[in-house]
Amino acid sequence: MFDSLSDRLGTVFDRLRGRGALTEADVRGAMREVRIALLEADVALPVVRSFVEQVTELAVGQDVLRSVTPGQMVVKIVHDGLVEMLGSQSSELDIDVTPPAVVMMVGLQGSGKTTTTAKIAKRLKDKQGKRVLMASLDVNRPAAQEQLATLGAQIDVATLPIVAGQMPVDIAKRALQSAKLQAFDVVLLDTAGRLHVDQQLMDEMQAVARIATPTEMLLVVDSLAGQDAVQVAQNFSEQVALTGVVLTRMDGDARGGAALSMRAVTGKPIKFAGVGEKLDALEIFDPSRVAGRILGMGDVVSLVERAAETINQEDAEAMAAKMAKGQFDLNDLRMQLKQMAQMGGLGALAGMIPGMKKAQAAMAQGGVDDKMLVHMDAMIGSMTPKERAAPQIINAKRKIRIAKGSGTTVQSVNRLLKMHKDMATAMKKIRKMGGLKGLAGMLGKGGGGMGGLGGLLGGGGGMPQLPGGMDKFKK
Amino acid sequence: MSWTERLFGGLKRTSDRLGDNLSGVLTGQTRLEGATLDEIEDVLIMSDLGPAMAARIRDRLAETRFERGADIAAVKAVVADEIAAVLGPVADPLDIDAFPRPQVILVIGVNGSGKTTTIAKLAHYFQELDYGVMLAAGDTFRAAAIGQLRVWAERLGVPIVTGPEGGDAAGVVFDAVKQATATGIDVLIVDTAGRLQNKRELMDELAKIRRVLGKLNPEAPHDVVLVLDATNGQNALQQIATFKELAGVTGLIMTKLDGTARGGVLVAASEQYGLPIHAIGIGEGLEDLRPFDPRQLADAIAGNVE
Ligand SMILES: Nc1nc2c(ncn2[C@@H]2O[C@H](COP(=O)(O)OP(=O)(O)OP(=O)(O)O)[C@@H](O)[C@H]2O)c(=O)[nH]1
Ligand SMILES: Nc1nc2c(ncn2[C@@H]2O[C@H](COP(=O)(O)OP(=O)(O)OP(=O)(O)O)[C@@H](O)[C@H]2O)c(=O)[nH]1
Ligand SMILES: [Mg+2]
Ligand SMILES: [Mg+2]
Repeated sequence: MFDSLSDRLGTVFDRLRGRGALTEADVRGAMREVRIALLEADVALPVVRSFVEQVTELAVGQDVLRSVTPGQMVVKIVHDGLVEMLGSQSSELDIDVTPPAVVMMVGLQGSGKTTTTAKIAKRLKDKQGKRVLMASLDVNRPAAQEQLATLGAQIDVATLPIVAGQMPVDIAKRALQSAKLQAFDVVLLDTAGRLHVDQQLMDEMQAVARIATPTEMLLVVDSLAGQDAVQVAQNFSEQVALTGVVLTRMDGDARGGAALSMRAVTGKPIKFAGVGEKLDALEIFDPSRVAGRILGMGDVVSLVERAAETINQEDAEAMAAKMAKGQFDLNDLRMQLKQMAQMGGLGALAGMIPGMKKAQAAMAQGGVDDKMLVHMDAMIGSMTPKERAAPQIINAKRKIRIAKGSGTTVQSVNRLLKMHKDMATAMKKIRKMGGLKGLAGMLGKGGGGMGGLGGLLGGGGGMPQLPGGMDKFKK
Repeated sequence: MSWTERLFGGLKRTSDRLGDNLSGVLTGQTRLEGATLDEIEDVLIMSDLGPAMAARIRDRLAETRFERGADIAAVKAVVADEIAAVLGPVADPLDIDAFPRPQVILVIGVNGSGKTTTIAKLAHYFQELDYGVMLAAGDTFRAAAIGQLRVWAERLGVPIVTGPEGGDAAGVVFDAVKQATATGIDVLIVDTAGRLQNKRELMDELAKIRRVLGKLNPEAPHDVVLVLDATNGQNALQQIATFKELAGVTGLIMTKLDGTARGGVLVAASEQYGLPIHAIGIGEGLEDLRPFDPRQLADAIAGNVE
């Protein structure tokens, strides 16, 4: 739906041939595109403004390196600026106090507080061996307390018994008492969703905070959030002492610009990312991945790093040569499948490549799992060399033969062909991004000289460090 | 506090800003200057219209002539007109006109958008119109989702069909259609688990629910209502596109317009998809459902309110 920033900048800089330093005019032209990219990603306008201003200042006068285009250079500077701004101090929870440590969750309705409470409890229990008590102070939403109790049972974490009719402040007091009596290490307080303009509920939240004196006050924010995120962040941080942010629904396909808005407004670290409804779907927030995502570039940095570790050099050279010609046949798909298996399976690859969304969706639709990789390899193995090089000739009759030969079904063969088609499209997209030259170079040389793409993405060797001054993004 | 105040109470912030900044700029010229247009564009962006839609409206405003001179009120009115023009004609409430009964309304959307609460509000609305309503607890996945809908059903005094937690949602909705048909219910509203539109498996499940609904009554579901959260940004457009394609959305309801979010994505959505907008949610209570009024939203975004 949206063009990636690299696509956009590619057009802006097509006219620009010269090397040397980026002029003010170059940068201003590019920044118009940066601004739009950020707004499309739902970064709040005031945050976009100040970010663009600071990045412009940094970019003007920068030398464009031989290995990259001016567009790539700007993308790198912007990307690094985003990482800098999103990045944070430690993500770990501050629960190193005389027990019980209190962690309180706050946020808008439906942002994911209750689910995240259970996820954090599970994490503390499993990873740090903590004894955790959860209590729901939500007396508004029907069955809210039952929801937390059910989740507690699922992860084997204690929840405060429900007392009908008790108000939030009293529930909090009871939770603290229980925790002291029963020697829990951590008490997690889940609260009702509230709008930042609902002063009555905001007062209630403050009242709870006063008596519970939490060491962690986490604002839970939906990564699908739009421009309003700044208002929310501002109001909550004015009224309680936030210590961090959790971004939920990062498993969606939103660009997640709210992350940047949150950082800019609260100045607090984004501690976790929610990546699913299951209770183990909680990750440490990764600034560089999210920066790539905001710019619509996928998680290319990690991909480049991972690829460099595992890809066989000769295969890679052959592939790079073909890709340079814009070809991607079934032989390439087969090689890719092999590499996928080596790189840690499909899960590891998901979401890392720009433009891969469609292929990913096709995989998911086809119910592709790691076992499927073996089947696909068998299907491609049952094809003639001609079929592999020119998949379009595979008609119904051939499909039946291939299915028989590989012990699969025609349906599976169809799925494989569809996936190949989607991937070919994705590959074209990578090419268009201007990343190919770098990608080819990188693939060719293995981990050593990550040249263009590494430079573009700030991942690799041979790139000079960014100029000083980036740390002014830090709040 | 009246509901319009609640809606507009939140709207004060950005709308005031439009007025504040304009007051310095305008001196009765007949065309808007660049700086004024910039300011308007910014307000549109902050209302979640998205950069492309905002730029388009800006272009149209650049061509507008203010014969009597542009003062703040005139500018706001024109901005509101442009937005209203895109939003299209009028409110389009859900009508109960299915024959044979029941009319089956399937409610879908991403996680936490407000589906279950909206179902309770809709049930209340239909009850007030003297229709017989039944609910189906099609979210068997989320913890206590069934309990949540059951509490609403009890408060409303309407029958509810449930299955076991973790059970098959399609089975529950099949039973529900059967029971609703047998008991002569007018409206059956079906709750579903929240799902992000990029989850293929979950979207397939929705297609299955649709198919099962149609087994006993080929017309069902008569309405497929996508519930959108006003605090969501541009991703809402993707939600509409995907749910429309894979689940046959027939109309929209936007919730959480009682906050400071403007729901400006509806403007771009109207232009791109032209789906009817049945209602808006302005709170967590049963009474907090309102008909969608394009003029009101347009005025609100433009700050064209007293
Ligand atoms: N896909 C996905 N869904 C999530 C995530 N976190 C929460 N959810 C879902 O979002 C919905 C709302 O989550 P809750 O935890 O109930 O949200 P809440 O903030 O407690 O809601 P209120 O208490 O009503 O304000 C549920 O359907 C959750 O399963 C996430 O990271 N990814
Ligand atoms: N302020 C406000 N809150 C709302 C509105 N509609 C729903 N909510 C709240 O949003 C939260 C989520 O609502 P639900 O109805 O549970 O949402 P859902 O879409 O069913 O959620 P899942 O089933 O978990 O996907 C609850 O706390 C509701 O009270 C609204 O119009 N305004
Ligand atoms: Mg909750
Ligand atoms: Mg629900």
